Amino acid sequence: MLDLVRSWDTRPSLLLVLCTLILALATASLSVKAKVIHSERSLYRNIIVEENKGRRCLKFNVKHAKSSQSCINTKQPQQLVFNYTKMLFSGLFLLDKPQQILIIGLGGGTMSNILHQLFPESQIDNVEIDPAVIKVARNYFDLFESDKVQALAQDGRIFVKRALLRNARYDWIILDAFNGEYIPEHLLTREFLQETKRLLSERGILSANTFTTSGLYAHESATYQAVFGPFFNVRNGSFGNRIILASKGVQPSLEQIKKKLPALKQKLAPFNVNVSQLFDNMSSTKQPDWPANTRVLTDQFSPANLLNQD
Amino acid sequence: MDHTWPNPLIYTLAFCSGFCIMGIELLGGRILAPYFGSSIHIWGSIITVFMLSLSLGYLFGGKLSVNNASLKRFGLIFLFAGLLILPLALFAEPIMQFIFIRVEDTRYGSLLASGALFLLPTIILGMLSPYSVRLLVTDKTQSGHVAGVLYFISTLGSALGTLATSFYLVLWFEVNQIIISFSLVLLLLGIIAILSDKHLLSREVSHA
Repeated sequence: MLDLVRSWDTRPSLLLVLCTLILALATASLSVKAKVIHSERSLYRNIIVEENKGRRCLKFNVKHAKSSQSCINTKQPQQLVFNYTKMLFSGLFLLDKPQQILIIGLGGGTMSNILHQLFPESQIDNVEIDPAVIKVARNYFDLFESDKVQALAQDGRIFVKRALLRNARYDWIILDAFNGEYIPEHLLTREFLQETKRLLSERGILSANTFTTSGLYAHESATYQAVFGPFFNVRNGSFGNRIILASKGVQPSLEQIKKKLPALKQKLAPFNVNVSQLFDNMSSTKQPDWPANTRVLTDQFSPANLLNQD
Repeated sequence: MDHTWPNPLIYTLAFCSGFCIMGIELLGGRILAPYFGSSIHIWGSIITVFMLSLSLGYLFGGKLSVNNASLKRFGLIFLFAGLLILPLALFAEPIMQFIFIRVEDTRYGSLLASGALFLLPTIILGMLSPYSVRLLVTDKTQSGHVAGVLYFISTLGSALGTLATSFYLVLWFEVNQIIISFSLVLLLLGIIAILSDKHLLSREVSHA
């Protein structure tokens, strides 16, 4: 230790040179990778928009390379870049022509834009807690807005509670409010899921973009099962994403879904979605793959972020 | 001639009240989230109400300590505090529902709800600090030192209450279980204080 201190004293210039070199190399390699075209610190997070070889991405944290929230291909905006966005389309296995769609968690607004292209007549309500994210989606990701498609800066839970008070109903609720770093714990409880279930129309479904890894998997699954009964998991191989697909009514069988595939293949072809693969990655939770005594998350017990560490 | 109170007991009481205040403040975010969300202004509302209540509590507690200060009265404050945090577990839902329906703006909704839930119990808990100083100080020259040690101990309690609640208690227990435990601890401490007051008085009488 003492030697180290002494070497700092006697050879600071050498160390300085080394440090500068490492820093220079690091920044050089970063600038080759992607160009930051917008960055800001919002109330909730750091927002970065990067562009690299025709791909524009929204990031909420610079540290992790994989933490992009949303990406678009600027040359072919129809081609979906992210697997989990494609996986969300599995909702269409259970639901034809959704009339009222609620998206909680906007990101770049990719999902909203594509659903509007698919269903131009449908009402799409986007709810995003961070007003800065809505602005970025408008300015950098061509978020489409009209009298049919709107983006509202509000907490998802409050929107759902107020929507229930106005007796609104949705055919498709898409919950995409979680990212790798932080989970809004009040959007993962039994009470919240009961509220979303009440907000669904009779044929309505809930899609949630969430994780397979970590100790949270069992708790989250048990909570969904407690509210909706058996649901579908749509996984994606090596990545940690899964889509939860829960119906308000009776869960259809995989055979019934299979009959719909040809029509869907055609419909989703322009968006680069592999429908057969999605179907193959789909499984029902009729036989739960988590321990039977798993504690359900409630408004009283919801340490989701602590459980997410294990 | 003043009584001399057993200092370790008073310091223990101060530590526990500090622990409970911050434990409750942290749970406040949890309690409000289902109705008012987890935006930054929720914490603005909670912290505002706690600071306001504590400031009022210090004022009232100091005033109350002027006449006939005793360990018994100190214990009574604890009993009140323990009772007043029970509604957090029992009636938080209907209170928040009532405010949620009437106030659209989540900022003022959460401020009103924080006030309705936390104002009274935190005022009472705030009264304990100046009252403890009154019970501990016997010598004017030592008053600053006594106050320093007291704030050290009660704020240390607050730090530990914050840490324990956010790191572990929420992982093991339900919010209401934690609230009721805090309430029971405060009630128990109040009873201990009142009983030791009686014990001390009877000893002093026998000495005299």
